[in-house]
Amino acid sequence: MGSPFFSAEEQRVFDAKLSEILAHYPADRKSAAMLPALRLLQEMKGWLSPDGMRLVAKALEVPPERAYEVATFYVMFHTHKPGKHVVDVCTNLSCSLRGAEDLLAYLEAKLGLRAGTSNEKWTLRETECLASCGTAPCLQVDEVHHEGLTRGRVDALFDKLS
Amino acid sequence: MLPAAEKVITRNWGKPDSWTLEAYRANGGYRSLEKALGMTPQAVTDEVKKSNLRGRGGAGFPTGMKWSFVPKDSPKPKYLAVNADESEPGTFKDRYILENDPHMLLEGVTIAAFALGVRTAYVYARGEFKFQAERLQRAVEEAYQAGILGPTVLGKPFGLDVFVVRGAGAYICGEETGMLESLEGKKGWPRLKPPFPAVVGLFGSPTVVNNVETIASVPTIIERGAAWYAGLGTEKSGGTRLICLSGSVNRPGVFEITLQTTVRQLIEDERYGQGMPAGRKVKAVIPGGSSAPVLAAHEIDVELEFEALKKIDNMAGSGGVIVMDDTTCMVRSLWRVIRFYAEESCGQCTPCREGAPWAARLLRKLEEGRGEPEDLEILLHVAHSIAPFPPIGLGNTICALGDSVALPIHSFVARFREEFEAHISQHRCPFGDRPWGHYGALRA
Ligand SMILES: Cc1cc2nc3c(=O)[nH]c(=O)nc-3n(C[C@H](O)[C@H](O)[C@H](O)COP(=O)(O)O)c2cc1C
Ligand code: SF4
Ligand code: FES
Repeated sequence: MGSPFFSAEEQRVFDAKLSEILAHYPADRKSAAMLPALRLLQEMKGWLSPDGMRLVAKALEVPPERAYEVATFYVMFHTHKPGKHVVDVCTNLSCSLRGAEDLLAYLEAKLGLRAGTSNEKWTLRETECLASCGTAPCLQVDEVHHEGLTRGRVDALFDKLS
Repeated sequence: MLPAAEKVITRNWGKPDSWTLEAYRANGGYRSLEKALGMTPQAVTDEVKKSNLRGRGGAGFPTGMKWSFVPKDSPKPKYLAVNADESEPGTFKDRYILENDPHMLLEGVTIAAFALGVRTAYVYARGEFKFQAERLQRAVEEAYQAGILGPTVLGKPFGLDVFVVRGAGAYICGEETGMLESLEGKKGWPRLKPPFPAVVGLFGSPTVVNNVETIASVPTIIERGAAWYAGLGTEKSGGTRLICLSGSVNRPGVFEITLQTTVRQLIEDERYGQGMPAGRKVKAVIPGGSSAPVLAAHEIDVELEFEALKKIDNMAGSGGVIVMDDTTCMVRSLWRVIRFYAEESCGQCTPCREGAPWAARLLRKLEEGRGEPEDLEILLHVAHSIAPFPPIGLGNTICALGDSVALPIHSFVARFREEFEAHISQHRCPFGDRPWGHYGALRA
């Protein structure tokens, strides 16, 4: 059945995938599926709106605030609508020793926004160590790693994203 | 000359399609599982115990001993939770196991599960490891199809399910009880210990938490025998070890080394770091992930081994070795480290929640040349309120993230105090706008 939030088709996909996820946990531990369920919602809708979180909570039989509490704890969950592309730049120690501060400044100038802010097209953030310290500096765009970056490689990567 | 390390973990890396079941089997894979299934579970655990395998996730706890803490008579199901959260700054080894040899991990998981009486295992991969988690998931599917996982394992009356779960971006979920909370679908707030997870873990059941590299070592131990594996290492720790070398060094990367290798050899050896950039000297090295205390240049003839580092009030930690050259600013470096922990504090304990951001603010103030003479003492006082130094051990907080704030501060200031004072007396960073050393600028 559809709802104002999901079309009938979306609802079907959500229900099917959620029941697959729930099979990974003990039957009396539905709420353990909170992270995968929120990720599923985010993949379908691009972010976690209050309506969406209520829906996940209902499906997992927990109060809505539980979904909200989890969603806001993890940086990869977006409880505000992000830009079309999410760019996470590592500025931790190993990366800073290989040019990460310059990389961030270069991106701020190139994309025209400050780290920690968003516009329609981009969300630009500093992030934690991405386990690419040996191939630093690095960043993720939409959850995909890009490593061993130079200005040239940044240009090549970003100029083809629209 | 330093002897070459036996290839235990990295032996299949670089071989064609090394991540597929077909290639893994062609290279001898899953024969250890067969061997283990012909042993008693207790004999498998004993073998791991005798191998002197120590946890590769950070604390270096003896793996066989951890396994034997699981109560034998518990009516509850038991779980294995593999820690693939790999988020300690400077650490990037487990991802290559997941990318290059997921079946080696899965074979370790099945052997461990058999030894422990586990029927359900979870691998918790950090959220950012989308690619790595997908590659592992593919390997899991191959293993189910081949009858290695599922209701029977290689035809034996022992069943095992393995589920790959992704986190969603929170360093604290690498701490074992934070990870268990996250696996239970909650925010990753570490639990007060005891009880330890081996007794009360996932869903209130006995749970063994082990790092990816730890578990991936198990098939070789069963295959070659405990004595052989123990013989590769030192008296109290067996095997080889993956080390992650990063920072200001000519060839960063992951290397499998013998535990007798010193920090200096790691940096200088042709097979590993290939030395410092031309004209540059080592100023400081963090030997075990950014939580570990920093070493000054004269201290780097220490072996990258648990006991050797412990003896000098340091730690082998997660194997992340970060090198800073003589043109790197120590205040700026420490600020980066502390900022990270301040950001990642889960907020449960006041000393960590309030102390880490306070320390980060003080360090920023110093680095920007606004520091006042008393700031250094305040900084040390804040660190001390989170955890005293030495000894290394749990300070005044629920989990060891608190220590990760305190130890870097104490150790950086103890070794490079003049540099902190110079920032105050000169009202600026002495390194100006080039604080990051030889490789510190973005290349064209
Ligand atoms: C703040 C914090 C973060 C940690 N992060 C990780 C991690 O990312 N990966 C890991 O394997 N262990 C991590 N650990 C260590 C785990 O708590 C645990 O000791 C380890 O996974 C046990 O496995 P082992 O005995 O095989 O090393 C962390 C510990 C702390 C205190
Ligand atoms: S020490 Fe810090 S991260 Fe650990 S439980 Fe306490 S507040 Fe959370
Ligand atoms: S410090 Fe940037 S990936 Fe580790």
